[in-house]
Amino acid sequence: MSVGSVAISPPRAVSAKHVGLAGVILGALAWVITIPPFEVRGVVPSIVLAAFALLAGTWAVAGGERKLGIEAILVAVVAFAGAVASAKSSVATLESVFTWSALVAATLRYATPLVFAALGGVISESSGVINIGLEGMMLMGCFWGIYGADLLGSWVWGMVVAMLAGGLLALLHAVFSIHLRANQIVSGTGINFLALGITGYFLEYHYGPNGTPLNISQVPNVHLPLIQHVGFFGGAFGNANLMTWIGLALVPALTFFLFRTRGGLRLRSVGEKPRAADTVGLPVLRIRYVAVVVSGMFAALGGAYLSVGFVGSFSNNMTNGRGFIALAAMIFGK
Amino acid sequence: MSLLEDELQTEAEEAKGAAALSPASLTAFRRGLSGVTVPIITTIIAFIAGGLIVLATGHNPLSTYQSIFNGTGLNWLFPWVSGSDRATAAGNLQQTLLNATPLILVGLAVAFAFRAGMFNIGGQGQYTVGWIVAVWVGSSFHGMPSLLHIAFAIVAAAAAGGAWAGIAGVLKATTGANEVISTIMLNWIAIWLGVYCFQLGGPLHNPHMPSTPVSNNVVGGAKLPVIWGSLQGLDVGIFISLAIAVGFGLLINRTRLGYEARTVGFNPEAAKYAGMNVGRTWIRVMVICGAFAGVAASLDILGWKFNLFTNDIQTSQIGFYGIAVALLGRNTASGTVAAALLWGALLTGTSSRNFSLSIDPTLVQYLTFMIEGIIILLVSTDVITLRLLKGGRRIRIAVKRWGAEEVTVTKGDHS
Repeated sequence: MSVGSVAISPPRAVSAKHVGLAGVILGALAWVITIPPFEVRGVVPSIVLAAFALLAGTWAVAGGERKLGIEAILVAVVAFAGAVASAKSSVATLESVFTWSALVAATLRYATPLVFAALGGVISESSGVINIGLEGMMLMGCFWGIYGADLLGSWVWGMVVAMLAGGLLALLHAVFSIHLRANQIVSGTGINFLALGITGYFLEYHYGPNGTPLNISQVPNVHLPLIQHVGFFGGAFGNANLMTWIGLALVPALTFFLFRTRGGLRLRSVGEKPRAADTVGLPVLRIRYVAVVVSGMFAALGGAYLSVGFVGSFSNNMTNGRGFIALAAMIFGK
Repeated sequence: MSLLEDELQTEAEEAKGAAALSPASLTAFRRGLSGVTVPIITTIIAFIAGGLIVLATGHNPLSTYQSIFNGTGLNWLFPWVSGSDRATAAGNLQQTLLNATPLILVGLAVAFAFRAGMFNIGGQGQYTVGWIVAVWVGSSFHGMPSLLHIAFAIVAAAAAGGAWAGIAGVLKATTGANEVISTIMLNWIAIWLGVYCFQLGGPLHNPHMPSTPVSNNVVGGAKLPVIWGSLQGLDVGIFISLAIAVGFGLLINRTRLGYEARTVGFNPEAAKYAGMNVGRTWIRVMVICGAFAGVAASLDILGWKFNLFTNDIQTSQIGFYGIAVALLGRNTASGTVAAALLWGALLTGTSSRNFSLSIDPTLVQYLTFMIEGIIILLVSTDVITLRLLKGGRRIRIAVKRWGAEEVTVTKGDHS
């Protein structure tokens, strides 16, 4: 909105931006109400909501919030189509497609390793080192987590060993990409191959063709006493793995660290302007080393969750590209 | 001077731009110093490191390496190997070359993108769509003239791979989407597309195999002629591969597109300033990369595979190998061919069909990955190898990343 138009148009109680946002939300609602757990039968409420969303979108466009307004209109149209489709299909079909609680629980389960690895990626990336080796560090955590849990008899030790292994591999990446000035993408790829080789070799060497033993100490699930049996929430969150909760808790914790603390500011300044950081006396290289090693530990925890937390065994190349997906998630979330 | 100061100085020099030294001349200098020797030395170091791991886990590294070497079939080249050993060696060597055939092309697919400043992790997906199209064309169109059928299958697979990679190129050129992400995601789409096509009841599933998720067989006329050996012998695909590698060398060094790609790879801003269409170059490079991977897939299908199981699609790792090959080959045509031969030999030498192995073949397989990882790590930085090669003075230069005045001095020494 240009300054001129602000001056000319009469002052409004609601800004075009809010109207546009409301439009997007209304449009989404038009669809949401027709699917479980709400299941409004019939298309009329959706039509009304979608119409409001269209109206709000148009208003927002007219008020200068072009992008938001168009988004609201698009959401309304898509939501309307979705609402018609859901209203036409039977309730039973909907229930089977949207078994919400199980879906949410599975989403959490599959997201946990990615959350850890992506957070690791964030740490490394904000210090200015690209970490293509996330995949390899995850894989290290995956195997050595099982190895530690098997050897030392407890999943806690498994996690510790996994973090050590991931941190060690990350240290190698750090030495190459920071001290030896290697091409970070190339050395990260090397790290991935190395991890594939090390984990496969030692799996074969220690456990042979039978694979890892069955009775590995696993990360426990957290039974939430209050909501465990409360319908949707019980199914979705009542029985999630401890690592899932830790991962979810780490997201705001890391955000706080990066943007609200002195250490976070230092980390980011080292990544964004190493010269300026050096001028004010920050140990740039040391901070980068720490960041990369911590990043590897995070990734390893994600990998260890896969083996020690989720499956309870290790197979070759178990991460199967999850590190790359975490990398994508990290870049996507930037 | 601390490393950081070096880095900052280099940055400042880079910012100053061509006034001091152009990136092209820096690269030329690095190539001149480390062209052939450094990769060879890094490979040797990696093998020594791998040998130490073998030793540490209680096996004999020398006999292990010897049996790997025999397993690659390279002992066929020795005249004193005779009798049944010679027959085995010939079979192994054929297998090595069969393995190297697609690796050359997938390596080129990664290398070309690297030269243009892009990281193509999507070799796997481009190869997979190439597989799907090649097996479809190869198993349909009965009665087509043989040569035409083969050419059609290869071109169709190349087009499919090119289109697949082109998606990532177009996304990067138009919206700035990071090609690392888009190619990774396209890999998954391609893999599941392939599984969908050939699963039980899928559109391209072989109806005569009701309980096996497999494609139709390639018809006799579309099979590549075998030139050496009988049981899964070497086909003419290796020559197609080598010809394309030569073509790639010409393309990158002798054509306008190659020049533009290299310029964009060095500095997209400068390329734009010089009047090049950066986005169009990205798209073209990606399409050609994808076409390389597509051809690789078709050569595998028409050469020795002849059909495709969904399991093949889900377990193939050739895109991953291609990255290794390109990096080891330093993104040049000849280097990629050499690296592909090495990698193909390692794959054959450590495969479980190599009965001469003194230790568990699975163990050796993973040893290969370790060796390859160490090679790539060492390739990523010349410093270590240069230290071994040149001694004190040159290292300082290497660590300093060719600060301007040192380069001039050494250049004088070098020529």
